[in-house]
Amino acid sequence: MKDIVERIKVKFPVAAVTFQRKDLTFITVEKKHGVEAVTYLRDVEGFTHLVILTAVDWLEEGEFQLTYLLNNPQAKQDMGVRVRIDRENAEMQTAHHLWPALVTYEQELNEMFGISFPGSPRQGVPFILDESWQGPPPYRRDFDTKQYSEDTYFPRPGRTKIDPAEHMKKKLYPEAE
Amino acid sequence: MMLTFKEDRSLFPETGKDGKPVIDWESGKFTKIWQGPVHPGMTGNMSLELTIQGDEIMDCVTHVGYLHRGFEKLMERRRFIQCFPICVRVAVPEPDFNEYCLASTIEELGGIEVPEAADWMRTLLLEMSRLQSFLAQMGGQGSSFGLGLIGQWTVWARDLVLDRFEEITGGRVYHMHMPPGGVRSLLPAGFEARMTDTLDKISGVMEEVERVMLNNSVFKTRAIGLGYIDPKWVDEYGITGPNARGAGVPKDVRKDYPYLMYDKLDFDVHVEYESDVFARTKVRYNDILTTIDLIRQIVPRIPKSGEFMADVPNVLHWKIPYGETYKRAECTRGEYGYYTVTDGSGYPRRINVRGPSYTHAVTLMEKMAINLNIADTAGVMSSLHTYPPEIER
Repeated sequence: MKDIVERIKVKFPVAAVTFQRKDLTFITVEKKHGVEAVTYLRDVEGFTHLVILTAVDWLEEGEFQLTYLLNNPQAKQDMGVRVRIDRENAEMQTAHHLWPALVTYEQELNEMFGISFPGSPRQGVPFILDESWQGPPPYRRDFDTKQYSEDTYFPRPGRTKIDPAEHMKKKLYPEAE
Repeated sequence: MMLTFKEDRSLFPETGKDGKPVIDWESGKFTKIWQGPVHPGMTGNMSLELTIQGDEIMDCVTHVGYLHRGFEKLMERRRFIQCFPICVRVAVPEPDFNEYCLASTIEELGGIEVPEAADWMRTLLLEMSRLQSFLAQMGGQGSSFGLGLIGQWTVWARDLVLDRFEEITGGRVYHMHMPPGGVRSLLPAGFEARMTDTLDKISGVMEEVERVMLNNSVFKTRAIGLGYIDPKWVDEYGITGPNARGAGVPKDVRKDYPYLMYDKLDFDVHVEYESDVFARTKVRYNDILTTIDLIRQIVPRIPKSGEFMADVPNVLHWKIPYGETYKRAECTRGEYGYYTVTDGSGYPRRINVRGPSYTHAVTLMEKMAINLNIADTAGVMSSLHTYPPEIER
């Protein structure tokens, strides 16, 4: 794996390298070189199998981390390409021309994290959320699921709310009232 | 003019740049119908939005439906040990692979060594899980072509495996037997004899299944040549497991990246080259026989006593240092994996599940459905062996 990283370093600036296991390495590249690096790994280094594309929300740093995890079936190695993008206007080049399966991954990230991939065919098309979804992208860490459901789905006629602590206090010590 | 499936293909609508037919709604030739979400021919709560001409599908969009959602988000809000009851729900008929993948990523990031007895035990649980999941799929595959009898036999056989699970773990469907560090217990007394008896019964059922399903002229006529997967799609669409092996690509995580005790076991990877529904059914049939053989190899080698749990910090106050990793396992549908990111706190920063259904049921199914007869859709769908909760995790 070290020699692959050396070869990539010649082509693009690589910010950080983590040798996690013998067959698993993570590298960080800049946003502008992201798709280029993935293309290079697929076409030249033989990382032909796309395992996942996912995002990690680093809320405190104001950034999203996109991880393209690629697999080389011949050499039996994995390479994770990490790309940090700005959280405020989250946008990344699309790579759906490399793997058709990426269309679905990019659609999901667009919906759940609010990261847009201009040019990817299904941006903005509802995938998992229903058509009437009004809230912010739900997988962002600052999205409070409990608060959202209380604001949106409560109160409704016929539903009452019981605070468990108060309820048990009344049930166990009725004379304290 | 109504065209049937075997007539001149050139009379069908012209195709656009993306290879899909150009659909002119004004012409009145096309109809939009929904297959699923509650028809038994579909897998559970999934549905396909089909544009048809006559009885032939022109366009297909997968809708993953409404099940229990947001597992990954739920896990971000819980301590590591509390993630286990959630992660098993990601693939309902096959929960042990989730447990194993999540536990092993946590072990790797937290620096825990698992005792050998626990590794043997995990191998057994994963193979038993594979066996019951394959049996359920085999029944669904038969049923979607009208052979309901196969389903009745294999569901009976699957129940026997669940009985053995109940003996070991106390649970039939969700087991939660592999926390980080090892397993909760070793085998109960007299287990080997009962397991051998179960495997003998299942082998008997499989002989009948071969006679009634794989040698059935109705099944063969419908399944051969149906649902073709081009071997070059395997890399493009991320196809793994029996769907790839049916297309002649010998992909098996158990052989390629041996985990647990698989490098100490003797088994072969089955490959078929026709790449249709029948080939995939044959691959799964042979995989069941392999799994039965593997369980026979594993059970006598599990230690009767000894250490089966590593020394793990108090799980409720366990903080795992910053890191990220990915672990994979071969489930019945292909490569299963967990990508876990930690940030030094007692909660995971992000857990991403790589379920094989994700790529199979959405992008691939939408491509395969084009020019398919409506009657064959359910058969093709069940031959891909997808589970909806894995898609809308």
